[in-house]
Amino acid sequence: MSFKIVVLAKQVPDTRNVGKDAMKADGTVNRAALAAIYNPEDLNALEQALRLKSKIEGATVQILTMGPARAAEIIRESMYRGADGGYLLSGREFAGSDTLATSYALACAIRKMGKVDLIVCGRQAIDGDTAQVGPQVAEKLGLPQITYAEEILDLSDNKITVKRRLERGVEVVKGSLPMVITVNGSAPECRPRHAKLTMKYKRAATATEKQEAGNDYTDFYDAHPYLNITEWGVSDIEHDIQWLGLTGSPTKVKQIENVVFTAKESKRLTGSDFEIESLMKELIANHTIG
Amino acid sequence: MNNIFVYLEIEDGIVGDVSLELLTKGRSLAKQLNCKLEAVAAGYQLDGIAAQVFPYGVDVLHLADDKRMAPYTSLPHTSLLVNLFKEEKPQIALMGATSIGRDLGPRVSSALFSGLTADCTSLEIGTYEDKKAGKVYENLLYQIRPAFGGNIVATIVNPDCRPQMATVREGVMKKEIKDAKFVGKTHKLEVSKYVSDTDFVVEVIERHMEKSKLNIKGSPIIVSGGYGVGSADNFKLLHELAATLGGEVGASRAAVDAGFAEHERQIGQTGTTVRPKLYIACGISGQIQHIAGMQESAMIIAINSDPKAPINQIADYVITGTVEDILPKMIKYYKKNSK
Repeated sequence: MSFKIVVLAKQVPDTRNVGKDAMKADGTVNRAALAAIYNPEDLNALEQALRLKSKIEGATVQILTMGPARAAEIIRESMYRGADGGYLLSGREFAGSDTLATSYALACAIRKMGKVDLIVCGRQAIDGDTAQVGPQVAEKLGLPQITYAEEILDLSDNKITVKRRLERGVEVVKGSLPMVITVNGSAPECRPRHAKLTMKYKRAATATEKQEAGNDYTDFYDAHPYLNITEWGVSDIEHDIQWLGLTGSPTKVKQIENVVFTAKESKRLTGSDFEIESLMKELIANHTIG
Repeated sequence: MNNIFVYLEIEDGIVGDVSLELLTKGRSLAKQLNCKLEAVAAGYQLDGIAAQVFPYGVDVLHLADDKRMAPYTSLPHTSLLVNLFKEEKPQIALMGATSIGRDLGPRVSSALFSGLTADCTSLEIGTYEDKKAGKVYENLLYQIRPAFGGNIVATIVNPDCRPQMATVREGVMKKEIKDAKFVGKTHKLEVSKYVSDTDFVVEVIERHMEKSKLNIKGSPIIVSGGYGVGSADNFKLLHELAATLGGEVGASRAAVDAGFAEHERQIGQTGTTVRPKLYIACGISGQIQHIAGMQESAMIIAINSDPKAPINQIADYVITGTVEDILPKMIKYYKKNSK
């Protein structure tokens, strides 16, 4: 029996470790100064997928990511951890997509994959924090959704039981497959790279990467078909161009501002005993504390 | 038609603060746009809702009272809003950036192909010029939010699609009763006309909702720590100072990500927004993401080893030093000088 799991993953700039050179003088983001990483909650999602794969006979885990050529890196990262392979959706037609256009493109790619039993993804990506793509992909595919999953408790008779972590509580819910599940950061961390799998998949590549590498690769990849990472462009998916990229994005950015605070006149203190004591006395005297 | 809609979050028959805050904001936007404010309540046994929301100036309350609508599940509430919005054609729809709002909003926006902006920190009305198309749009909703990890602030608009949708976190907007005696109209919805039986595909088996043990939002004094605090161990000093002063401990996102503090202590755009009497920022550099959640504090003390930390710009007192050095002194001299 086959059981097909698709993990939606995104390569993101590491906004958590922003250095001083992250912004250019003109107020735009200096992407080159930010490391590109595997979106953290997508790794939590991958772990859930890999756990299911080990429990269900014949289950496969495929990664789907939309992004530039270098985003193939996170597909390889997934393969080093136990995923079977992946799809890179790439092309300038997808540029400028907001969450809705992104979801539409991902949904088109998932449809192309044939029967999919379960789609998992991280709750949100750290470069936007919107948490919209998971539910929107579900809506585009006409599938139900379970958001903020912390643990998949059971999967049997085509029903999945999931523990959800909410802001103020916990819920256990049960629903029928196929289904979209978004995974919370509080779910177990992803397993590390597996040494043998890393060796095995080190040369996994997309068509673009193979071409860039130049030398004669055809025979090698024909002999090792599992090293082929599928690369799809806009012509590979059934789509309506008006729902893609900028035209498919109802939200427009009116303006981007570098943040300027209205600077207050601050009192500067060195932290000497005398200064701290005076400060505490002042705060007590004006009833800020005490 | 063309009104402002707010989706109400209801737990045990009580409308959540975040929804009342959105009604307050919605009321002022409605006045500016000269339209009505409407609210949608979906759940079971909703008789008490009207009295809770009318004082906020709700002109029309739509009630979807059905046993199957509680507790919340994604598809039935989505169908209700989607079909109601198709009839009523609101220009703006607001919901809380909560576990529910962030599950429901994207789904509704996808079904209606209307843009949604998450976690707005400010909502305003203004004009937008599309220079390429040579079109000017009047009276659009400016959805303003920090973006890119909080390094920039973006103003987002939805020129062509309706409703213009936005989510806002609890505590970001102020909650204010407009008129305690005001009574709007109630519009009872026949749920089966909006929601199909096949929408009930996800079943809630267990549910444990906790009242939050922390009350960061309501605390007059907050001692907050960032990544610069250095360790979970050093965070104990913050707890000690907070306990001494009678306050709560908050944290920046970086500190929460590093595991120094629990997620529910997070202050900022993706955490809680606070307005205490005194905010002591320890080892917090001051990304806009964080500042968005605390800049309205009455007094800010920044303790940082970096004299150029951005947070210093908005601080009333800037103490250059380490947490290990300064906090014990504050505790010592508070105890010495207070009665």
